[in-house]
Amino acid sequence: MNCRSEVLEVSVESRQVDEAMLALLHTILLHRSTGKFHYKKEGTYSIGTVGSQDIDCDYIDFAFVRVSSEELDRAMRKSVGEFKDALCNSGSDGVGQISLEFYQKKKSRWPFSDECIPWEVWSIKVNVVSLANEQERQICREKVGEKLGEKVINIVEVINRHEYLPKMPTQSEVDNVFDTSLKDVQPYLYKITYQITDSLGTSVSTTMRRLIKDTLAL
Amino acid sequence: MDSDLSPQDKKDLDKFIKFFALKTVQVIVQARLGEKICTRSSSSPTGSDWFNLAIKDIPEVTHEAKKALAGQLPGIGRSMCVEISLKTSEGDSMELETWCLEMNEKCDKDIKVSYTVYNRLSLLLKSLLAITRVTPAYKLSRKQGHDYVILYRIYFGEVQLTGLGEGFQTVRVGIVGTPVGTITLSCAYRTNLAFMSSRQFERTAPIMGIIIDHFVDRPFANMGHMHPCNYRTAAEDEGVTYPGVEDSQEVCTTSFSTSPPSQCVCTVTKAHFQTPKSAVMDTLKVPIMGLAFSHQLYSSRLSYHPTALGSADLCYQPAYNATHQMVITGKEGGVPQAPVQPSHGIPADQARMPTCTPSGMTCHIPATPSSSGEEAETLSRSSEAKNNSPPDILETTFTRKVGAFVNKPANQVTTACLDLPFAAFAPKNFDFEENDLMVNPPDSPVVESPLQGSLHSDDSTGSSGPLQDDFVMLDFKPAFSKDDLLPIDLGTFYREFQNPPQLSSLSIDVSAQSMAEDLDTLPVKLALYEQKIDEFDAFVETLQ
Repeated sequence: MNCRSEVLEVSVESRQVDEAMLALLHTILLHRSTGKFHYKKEGTYSIGTVGSQDIDCDYIDFAFVRVSSEELDRAMRKSVGEFKDALCNSGSDGVGQISLEFYQKKKSRWPFSDECIPWEVWSIKVNVVSLANEQERQICREKVGEKLGEKVINIVEVINRHEYLPKMPTQSEVDNVFDTSLKDVQPYLYKITYQITDSLGTSVSTTMRRLIKDTLAL
Repeated sequence: MDSDLSPQDKKDLDKFIKFFALKTVQVIVQARLGEKICTRSSSSPTGSDWFNLAIKDIPEVTHEAKKALAGQLPGIGRSMCVEISLKTSEGDSMELETWCLEMNEKCDKDIKVSYTVYNRLSLLLKSLLAITRVTPAYKLSRKQGHDYVILYRIYFGEVQLTGLGEGFQTVRVGIVGTPVGTITLSCAYRTNLAFMSSRQFERTAPIMGIIIDHFVDRPFANMGHMHPCNYRTAAEDEGVTYPGVEDSQEVCTTSFSTSPPSQCVCTVTKAHFQTPKSAVMDTLKVPIMGLAFSHQLYSSRLSYHPTALGSADLCYQPAYNATHQMVITGKEGGVPQAPVQPSHGIPADQARMPTCTPSGMTCHIPATPSSSGEEAETLSRSSEAKNNSPPDILETTFTRKVGAFVNKPANQVTTACLDLPFAAFAPKNFDFEENDLMVNPPDSPVVESPLQGSLHSDDSTGSSGPLQDDFVMLDFKPAFSKDDLLPIDLGTFYREFQNPPQLSSLSIDVSAQSMAEDLDTLPVKLALYEQKIDEFDAFVETLQ
């Protein structure tokens, strides 16, 4: 099966990185989360309810909708925070990429660990710009807001193509498809990775490190 | 087509489409309320949340949607549309976007109704949640309140996009294939917002006519209703009962509709002219309340309580009246607006009031409750004004405002004519010149013309410009500056010395003389200085 890959690109100021990333990641997760499954005896299941929440950005003229789940929001903020720190501390020209990957777990025989097979990867390329004065910042606020709006429309367009989605799993398989660790919602299994490109090309090592970490995780 | 579908599937599909349509309308209208929406996730299924999404159901919106659908379902050639428009406080309206739920003939026979279609409809609703925050109308709706409100209208049938102006953009939210057709959800939104500014100050009758025609021309009988995007809780809905309204759910809609348009307009204006005095009193009240109302509407999304303007059944002129009612009556949620009703009968004034300088009105509000003598004076002046130009209530209001700082009756009028707001209309300012000798004639035209200009410009534009000239007038009557002991007061002093007398050296004949004298004495002076040159040199030495 081919993994669907989508790339989104944004240019933002450093203080806008968090909100821009959260806006896009949450928009994707809104579409890739369901309510909690409750399996019943006859192999049927019922699905919980997903709430939604309007979030206003402080540094961008933009508002987005995210799933009403504090746990999910915390996880996103943590990942985005790490990405932003890496982006700002890398000393590079401020170009980086954060990826949200949805995958399925496939059980393998011992001694091999479960395979993680991605079926959809969203990559957001970020280009951090620095602005000289307040007027430019104001223009940037509006421009980035418009750009994010366009990205949301792109995301919705891709999702509504209704391409491959994992089959709804049985009770025993649900953890191979969904992240059931959250209390209130159930997103598809996902992982967030990032890489920072700098002039020395150390981005490769960052990615490798993460890949190895993921593979060894049992 | 339908023969391939089992009866149960067909039934399920119809149900899904119906509730999808209702939820779509809820999402769109709630996104235009101007507030941030927050619903909770629930891990245990309640069974009542369609498409596994927590979307509140606003009863009046559901009612409107059901009314528009009238038992039908969106189908091929039968689209359900939600039109979002903006209405300014002056009565201008503009369509912002139209959301269309359509179905085309492309069928997907193999799709599973109860599972795949349902999940995809859920996904489509999520996409709708996201997209409704991205179109330009979202930002406008978040800022609604003072100057404009956002209205919605649901209609069923053919999509109408002509009201969106040129260059409107379309964004497709998504599609879901079903065995009976493909459901498409899209939004067409206006990109050209220039319409508003050009029509901002037009308040003459033709505009009212256009607004009426705007809705009369709609070919569909059941969709003339424009409703504010304003959320009322169920409790508030229940508490509202109005006489003569058949269905309590109809309250919102029928309140917007009034008696037939032409009749309504005429009645309004006739009442206005036939009772000038009461109209004056109304206008005295309205500015204050209008301002207060608009503030309150902005700060609290209270329930809309329409006043009984008449037998409210027809849907013409709904947005116009509705919005004004919205703007004006939103102040006290739940309090019957009986005292204000007369003013509501005069939407022409409401149309004008908000533009008559809210800032100016704020200034004058404290002065309003002052002495009845003041009011009497103003009324007499206003009747004077009315004689000059009867059709313009606005003039009267300005009179009222200018008179705010007049705190003494007749004697002030005689001693300092500038106290008279109608100083401009007095043929000569004789008294003025007697008392204030040093005020030059060029001064008074400066004083008069703004007032004159303002009063006359009301006929044409009535914009907020004149009020700024009124402030200039007020300077001539400084507050708290009267002193009964001294014959002169601050205002008079100021006027006297505003233009000081010419310097004698600058007057032509005197200067000419002095020049000649200077020239004559020059040689003598020079000779004297030559004699004393040593003294001068010594002096210069000491300085260095």
